[in-house]
Amino acid sequence: MSKTYYNPADLRKFGNITEWSEELGNKFFEYYGKVFEEGALTAREKSLIALAVAHTEQCPYCIDAYTKDGLQRGITKEEMMEAVHVGAAIKSGATLVHGVQMMNKVNKLEM
Amino acid sequence: MSKKSLLARNNDLANTKRQIEVLSNGQFANGELPTFAKKIAATNQFPLRPKKLEILQINMGYMCNQVCAHCHVDAGPDRKEIMTKKTMQECLNVIKKTGAHTLDLTGGAPEMNPNFRWFVEEAAKLGINDFIVRSNLTIIRANKKFHDLPEFFKKHTIHVVSSMPHWTRGKTDKQRGDGVFDKSIQALQELNAVGYGIPGSDLKLDLVYNPSGAFLPGNQKALENDFKKALREEFNINFNSLFAITNLPISRFLDYLIASENYEDYMYALVEAYNPEAVKNVMCTNTLSVSWDGWLFDCDFNQMLNLKVASKVNHISVYNEKLLQNRNIIINQHCYGCTAGAGSSCQGVVA
Repeated sequence: MSKTYYNPADLRKFGNITEWSEELGNKFFEYYGKVFEEGALTAREKSLIALAVAHTEQCPYCIDAYTKDGLQRGITKEEMMEAVHVGAAIKSGATLVHGVQMMNKVNKLEM
Repeated sequence: MSKKSLLARNNDLANTKRQIEVLSNGQFANGELPTFAKKIAATNQFPLRPKKLEILQINMGYMCNQVCAHCHVDAGPDRKEIMTKKTMQECLNVIKKTGAHTLDLTGGAPEMNPNFRWFVEEAAKLGINDFIVRSNLTIIRANKKFHDLPEFFKKHTIHVVSSMPHWTRGKTDKQRGDGVFDKSIQALQELNAVGYGIPGSDLKLDLVYNPSGAFLPGNQKALENDFKKALREEFNINFNSLFAITNLPISRFLDYLIASENYEDYMYALVEAYNPEAVKNVMCTNTLSVSWDGWLFDCDFNQMLNLKVASKVNHISVYNEKLLQNRNIIINQHCYGCTAGAGSSCQGVVA
């Protein structure tokens, strides 16, 4: 068997984190569940945000989970891909906006 | 997508015993997942027993103009099992005296049975409260002889229930075959044109949504809202309710799950989403299913697994409602499909 850091079956065991720290674990899952309930944002909108963040966080468990969640909600693959682009745009924008810092530094140091 | 049934392809899973073997082995045999019997016993719901009979569901035959990838009936043009007029007459005798308020005709495409219209006319005379025909929509456009079905349904105040897996062409055609989306849209517009699904009309048109893959249906109401919005905006189509139905791991859907290596995860997801509240109202507790050849089953899924009712009365020719109601319902691991999340039935969610 090949050894890897990530095992898809581990996602099912996520709940087990409460075993070694019950109170904190339970509080986390309670909070987590509450966050994704219908609120000022719809559960559908939250699912797409989660999918985008799952990609920027590069969490394979979250990507699996929120791709499936999206399909269950009838979210189309075009919508999912656009959400991933939103995440990618912010990631690349966050990189590029630091270019201003580089420019500032160059302008300061150069005669 | 294959254009043939599992049966015509001589697929191993066309054998119902083989399907039951699959459902009993693996995760359920090694104890990784509890069997359905064990699960419902934990909430004192074993054995599962019928409540008041409300729905008589009659399968008119397995012949269909479509070969949907997920079909639990393994229906298709190559299936020749069709209810005879003699069996229909036996059904009519039962409809006359049953306490059930709903008659639900299914298939295959029930309209492909040559005696379908005769049967509907005769049954309609008996004064049924809610008379459902499960129509796949494309049948209306399949052949000239079916073009007047909307008018025929209207004449007998049939409650039309139709499958529509998504409001986009791609997802629909992938599950149900090329061209199904466009034909379905046209059929829905024709049903609307004679008054079906229009607000204020007594002609009811409901849609059935099945997930097009190895995942569970989302919230029924949210899906209904999305379908209504998309179908109205893009195609000016109206309908009454959307039923979100979970795909059960049998027949062609089971074949798909195994071939795509999704079977274990899917069963795990069903067990994880188990809801004891859904068990209380699961459809086998208020429905009886009649096969094309007159045998009686707890539900259409048990029919496709050839699991006949556990009663001396197991055929329509010797029907006795009182005796039938005193039976234990036959269960297996596929039943998890009806108890996941908000539950699932031919009428949509149950909890």
